[in-house]
Amino acid sequence: MYLVSESITYVFLFVALYVEVFFLITYFEFSSHSVSQSETSRDKHFFKFPSVSIIVPVWNEETTVLKTIFSLLKLNYPKEKLSILIVDDGSTDNTWNVIQRFFRHKQVKLLRKENGGKYTALNYALEFVKTELVGCLDADSFVHPEALKRIVTQFEDNKIMAVTPSVKIFEPKGLLGLIQKAEYMFGIFLRKVFYYLNAIYITPGPFSIFRKSVFEKIGGYKHAHNTEDMEIAMRMQKNSMKISNVSDAFVYTIAPATLRPLIRQRLRWVYGFIKNAIDYRDMFFKPQYGNLGMMVLPAAGFSVLSTMYFFGAMVFSWVDTLITYTKEILTIGISFNGFNLDFFYINTDILVFVSLIAVLGTFIIIAASRGLAEEKSKFGLDSLLFIVFYASLAPIWISKAVYNVVFSKNTKWR
Amino acid sequence: MSWKKYVYTFAITAVIFITAILASNYFSQKKMNEIKNIESRIAVDILASETQFSLLSELSCKEISSGLLSKELAALGDKLSYTEENRGSDDAEVLNLKKYYSLLQIKDFILMQKIKDRCGSTQNNGGLSIMYFYSNKGDCSDCEKEGFVLTKLREDYPELRVYSFDYNLDLSALQTLVSIYNIEKNLPAVLINDRAYYGFKSVDEIKEALPALKAIDAQKTKEAFLKSKQATSTKSN
Repeated sequence: MYLVSESITYVFLFVALYVEVFFLITYFEFSSHSVSQSETSRDKHFFKFPSVSIIVPVWNEETTVLKTIFSLLKLNYPKEKLSILIVDDGSTDNTWNVIQRFFRHKQVKLLRKENGGKYTALNYALEFVKTELVGCLDADSFVHPEALKRIVTQFEDNKIMAVTPSVKIFEPKGLLGLIQKAEYMFGIFLRKVFYYLNAIYITPGPFSIFRKSVFEKIGGYKHAHNTEDMEIAMRMQKNSMKISNVSDAFVYTIAPATLRPLIRQRLRWVYGFIKNAIDYRDMFFKPQYGNLGMMVLPAAGFSVLSTMYFFGAMVFSWVDTLITYTKEILTIGISFNGFNLDFFYINTDILVFVSLIAVLGTFIIIAASRGLAEEKSKFGLDSLLFIVFYASLAPIWISKAVYNVVFSKNTKWR
Repeated sequence: MSWKKYVYTFAITAVIFITAILASNYFSQKKMNEIKNIESRIAVDILASETQFSLLSELSCKEISSGLLSKELAALGDKLSYTEENRGSDDAEVLNLKKYYSLLQIKDFILMQKIKDRCGSTQNNGGLSIMYFYSNKGDCSDCEKEGFVLTKLREDYPELRVYSFDYNLDLSALQTLVSIYNIEKNLPAVLINDRAYYGFKSVDEIKEALPALKAIDAQKTKEAFLKSKQATSTKSN
């Protein structure tokens, strides 16, 4: 039994390290020359701005919706080329009245329908879209004034069918806010790497922009276990549609401030990922889907498994230590003789050395992700909190999500 | 998609893993060597003491007192059990070191007995000893607890020598010891002043069986009392 668990640990460690090395190599392979390319294309002004519609689906969001719309109106983009469609998905609060102030606004169109979930609101609005490009912005998010301009330059390339932004946390506060700040920056790094690998499998709800033709070709949004933004990207990938990323097109989103809503949100994400992964299981380990099929999707699936395994092992060893200490205290009372600083008692298992290297890789990723997120320093308090707490936080929703999948319990939006 | 990168990544990961394995082996070997060094130091110590002992039959008991017995035996025991826990008790190298350690303990015990015979049992000549027989084959549920008790006693009374033996160790000298003292396979077992006690024995029960420990306690309280008295008297002056 001991030998079996030890071998599993080494296999998991090897795979985890493999994935980390693969992503790091990819990042440094591309990042050195691709930055200058995108900068030069952005500076050329021969480019004609395409027309864009932004859909804002709202449901009981009276407090944040105005700020979201104002941030869209403040976008540095030709006014006649940008229209905003606000869809009230049957709000039961004051949202519909709040958005009436845009009733006569030239750029804004107000729509209202019976409540049916986010994907129905998006599909409803898509029927009214006449522009070349279309995107979505959740009503808890705000855009950087230059974000749209930076994104549309990517569509110069005819093969690019969608472009993803970089999502950051809006004014992160408190322990959870800071942890999420670092986590989102980690996400920016990963999305960049996935882009280099042509393997983006999520077009985040906040401000991913698509060609309108995408929906004409492969259909609208689906319920997709409440993660429609992942399903649409998977469907695009399956139909060989290219998804790009602009890491300095920033979108700011309000993060759950307390543990309960955070867990609920993550539960929805992870549950959605697992369910969609099951729906699209035929893409796994298929060379025809490139790096997505061979690397990125299997790695994402593996991360769910390995997080559970390592967390389980950690809890197991904690409990074991706790039992030993309890026995000791019950037998001889509390006795503490100081720490033994003899070199002999330092753990020098293979596990320790591999973990050290994995942590070093994590530091490099953190530094790189902070560079992409345009943070001033390479490391911050948020990074530290992320390293210390994330490993015991994420298993909560991951194991709950796995539980829900196994026992077919659905997740809710809020 | 380039397959090359998949291969490169595999190579790099493998190199990292092999480096980790080598590093771990290196340190592990270093630790084994440390144990071996301690063992050979103790062996030399014991041999030197024995030689000294037989050369100077007229050696006064005062001189024998503390210097003759090796002080490293306890630390060695700790390191060995830590290693056993990490590498497993089936490890051939660990097993060898453990046998050697058991032999050294027996020799140390014999030497102590000789000193005791000549000079009588006093606290500071190492007359205090406990022999402890355990098993880590899972057939001794109280051995872990007994281990805590003896470790604590050893820490509280540095003059107490605790000899611990793995009952199942395949070592003829150990089996002889077991048959001399008639130790049954009813573990944990402790041997105090030639008498065997079976089953878990708490700190107090062991003190009861080894009154010399109580004498040390009394001595300590007396000293502490005198000290505090001295302190108060100097204060009042």
